[in-house]
Amino acid sequence: MALTDTLTRWRYRLVPDHLVGEVLSKRWIDNAIPLLILLAVVCAFSFAMPDFFGPSSISDLTRQWGEFSLLVLALMIVMVAGGIDLSIGSTFALGNIVALALIAVAGWPMWAVVLGTLACGAAVGLVNGLLVGYLRLRAFLTTLVTLIIVRAVVDMLLLNYSVAIASTFIDSDSWYYPGEGSVFGVPFSVVLTIILAIIIHLVFSRSRIGWQVLATGGSRRSAHNVGIPVRRVVCATYVVSGVLAALSGLLFASRLGGAGADTGVGLEIMALTAAVLGGNSLGGGRGSAAKAIIGSITAMIMVNGLIRMGVPAGANSLMLGLVLFTAVAIDVRWIKNLHKVVSKVYVSPAYASLPKPPGTDSYSPYAVNDKLAPVTLIGLGEIDGPEDIILDDDDNIYTGNRTGDVIRFFAPDYKQHEVYAHVGGRPLGLAFDKNGDLLVCIGGMGLYRVTKDREIEKLTDETNRSWLSVIDDSRLRLADDLDVALDGRVFFSEATVRYEMHEWPVDGLESRGNGRIICYDPSSKSTHTVLRNLKFPNGICMAHDGQSFFFAETWACTVSRYWFDGPKKGTVETVIPDLPGYPDNINRASDGTFWLALVGIRTPSLDLALKMPGFRRRMARRIAPDEWLYPNINTGCIVRFDATGTILDVMWDRGGENHPMITSMREHKGYLYIGGILNNRIGKLKLKSADKSWTGLASYWGQS
Amino acid sequence: MGLLGQPTQEKIVLALALVLCLGFALLLPGFWTASNLLNLVRSVSILGILGVAMALVVIGRGIDLSLVATMAVAVAWSLQLAESGMPMAQALAFGLGFCLLIGLLNGFLIAYVEIPAIFATLAMGTAVYGFGRYFLFSLDIVYMPPDAHALTWVGQGTLFGVPAPIYMFALVSALAFLFLRYTRQGRYLRSVGDNLLAARITGVPTRPIILMQYMISSVIGFLAGCVTAASVASMNVRISNSTLIYDVILVVVLGGIGLSGGKGGIRNAIVGTLLIGVLLNGMTIMDIQYTVQNVIKGIILLTAIVIDTLLNPRDEQTAQQGDI
Repeated sequence: MALTDTLTRWRYRLVPDHLVGEVLSKRWIDNAIPLLILLAVVCAFSFAMPDFFGPSSISDLTRQWGEFSLLVLALMIVMVAGGIDLSIGSTFALGNIVALALIAVAGWPMWAVVLGTLACGAAVGLVNGLLVGYLRLRAFLTTLVTLIIVRAVVDMLLLNYSVAIASTFIDSDSWYYPGEGSVFGVPFSVVLTIILAIIIHLVFSRSRIGWQVLATGGSRRSAHNVGIPVRRVVCATYVVSGVLAALSGLLFASRLGGAGADTGVGLEIMALTAAVLGGNSLGGGRGSAAKAIIGSITAMIMVNGLIRMGVPAGANSLMLGLVLFTAVAIDVRWIKNLHKVVSKVYVSPAYASLPKPPGTDSYSPYAVNDKLAPVTLIGLGEIDGPEDIILDDDDNIYTGNRTGDVIRFFAPDYKQHEVYAHVGGRPLGLAFDKNGDLLVCIGGMGLYRVTKDREIEKLTDETNRSWLSVIDDSRLRLADDLDVALDGRVFFSEATVRYEMHEWPVDGLESRGNGRIICYDPSSKSTHTVLRNLKFPNGICMAHDGQSFFFAETWACTVSRYWFDGPKKGTVETVIPDLPGYPDNINRASDGTFWLALVGIRTPSLDLALKMPGFRRRMARRIAPDEWLYPNINTGCIVRFDATGTILDVMWDRGGENHPMITSMREHKGYLYIGGILNNRIGKLKLKSADKSWTGLASYWGQS
Repeated sequence: MGLLGQPTQEKIVLALALVLCLGFALLLPGFWTASNLLNLVRSVSILGILGVAMALVVIGRGIDLSLVATMAVAVAWSLQLAESGMPMAQALAFGLGFCLLIGLLNGFLIAYVEIPAIFATLAMGTAVYGFGRYFLFSLDIVYMPPDAHALTWVGQGTLFGVPAPIYMFALVSALAFLFLRYTRQGRYLRSVGDNLLAARITGVPTRPIILMQYMISSVIGFLAGCVTAASVASMNVRISNSTLIYDVILVVVLGGIGLSGGKGGIRNAIVGTLLIGVLLNGMTIMDIQYTVQNVIKGIILLTAIVIDTLLNPRDEQTAQQGDI
């Protein structure tokens, strides 16, 4: 038994199961399948033809690729906005013939040729854009027609100029540079394409117009409704596409210097193939420059490789077709099933063995009693989920509300209340700093400060990113509780980095240690992580030595002490190793001891399940979340302990009349105020043997 | 509008065709003769048959870009088999079987693997052409065996002075019309095209219906191929790489069958075919250069689509996402 336990523990310690779900939920994973296909193609061809990627071959291949991937980029831009541009092949041919005619027949200087050619492309794009964008014609059909028209125009130009072009020798170095020149040994067209791809990437990921294009493709109707000029955006994508296609034609003209009837025929189909192979969706919303580049390389290698291998014409297109089928089929299934897989594998339980819980019978220090029965209630039904409560010098109560407000109840009778500050998010832990400003941990937002003038300031919402974490753990997902050191440093817990606020019970199912404690230093306004891999760190409370604090780990059922200063700096000691329930907030008591809230009591079934990660994983995969085994949070109590971890007092609400689960309690002038995150009231309990003048504020910051 | 009611694209195109007809009849000597008119319809009847096949697929919210390639390869294979001594009927049966298989594959990839139709059939066209070229025959042009009279009649024969391809076109159109109008599968096809999710919820076997629609289009395509081969006594496989497939799509969409599916009928395909036929015939009589013909064709097509869009504007609020 012990041996299997040890084996299980090491198995779950050594194998990082949770990474699978984290990797799959990253955005860049979308490129995984196109990239794998590219790698497979590269491997296959370098295996079949060892000299395929040799220097001479690669030089020629890359020049062609530069031109081709410009077309794919052009098509991608239009596709992302939800359209399609079949006319790029013809526009390419038009750019080719126009550039040749301008330089050879009209004798224009190079810069004028470039401008003229691009203007031609823009004109074709503008026609497409006006028809599809402004008149709302169907993109597929319209560009099909412009494909035929532009092709016919090219044929007419060919008829008139091809002889003149063929018989003229172009005496201009700048004309040959785009097609034959190199930048540091890299072909000019490749450099140009890569620069353009980077620009397109930046525009799509970081500029307003790029976002508008993506939004239009993602949902044209919603984009229209939020005020994006949808028609203009669509029109612009066609113009850009036309310009890029013409540019590609210019490069082609400069490289080969000839125009034929079959120039650019079928290129639109090849570009479409490349775009889809790269993972750009037909219908819009999903696409990027990187995808276009990946797709264009794959298509280019495949087509050229098959030709170079001397495969007969038929086998060539047969293989092309089959590879396309396979690639697209895989991509389609991948997109369709990815989120299903993520939802199945994201929850990844770890091994956890809790010590045997102390009983709650009459011999135990945790013996059940009814000491919470005489509470008087504050704000019954007027407040929703007071996770933490705190009182100021004038005895007013502050608490967080589920609606994203900090609520203030007025002393002395607490009948009246007001919204002290609307902070948004989910206000959790509260603390006063030296100046009397209220510090709030807000779930989903971070650490905020509400000044005495009720100004809301963000203190921090990010910390240093850990180097090896897959998920981005620099943002704060669930800032939970906080306390302030004498020098003003704020230590606060972030319960979990893997789940959002509303999924917090699921983190309990994992019991891995996804939480951490973070320090915010107001003097340098810096934030850094102090302790990692804690099992849902929750309450934090400064010890009286000014060098350490106590913190509770909810799913580990422990209270520990961490020294941030002094001779024991950096050490962690467990103070209470075996709580019978799940601890939440910790706060100071008037006699130098500490109050601890237990949010729920352990159950033998979950304790057992924690030793069986495989069982919990099967549960998470196979049955609905409603049916999962969760920690019990229906019964809680308040515990008082001293710095050595001795349990001094326990207060229960037998029958759960007012406080079935307790997340926080705060002592103030002889009374204890009690809150719960799933409760609709604050309890006020008279403490018999407490100092009637003691306040938390005074205990922290001296008599004010 | 009164009598004519709402000006649909079908009516506009029909009107355009009639106006062109009238114009040509008045201006062009030799246009308005029985032999020329018959010739006109005859010359577009293959396009028309293919148009009917495409219409069925498009109504079911699909598109079949492999139509021409499948037709060319299947018929060429049949001819090849017949030439090597197989009885004509048996050879044709093999060709038909090949078409059914390709249709089935198309349907499977689209309905079950869920590859977008435009892409699946595009790749299928390429693959089928390659397959045929590599495995089935070695030359691009396969000639008809001289003794296949029965088949020759389909392309070159006449009945009561009317060429046989026109009968074929009429027959295919009538059958497709009846299928779409009076059979349960036909109705299902339209409902799948109109709203696939709604059709599935109401219990329509959407995937088998999609499978069926591509098989039907393949078979009609095979028929069109037979007529083509019989007319010129050979099959040129290079037709797969031509722009014929674009012309077929234009016929369908020009007639008023929306690419978003569920709309239009066989009548629309016929009207679209007529306009193209009148145009091509008139321009040929006028001896207009081929490339200029293409420009004129394109501009007239664009005009038709623009007029349709202006009369029946698409609404930002009700447009379907991903409808290209």
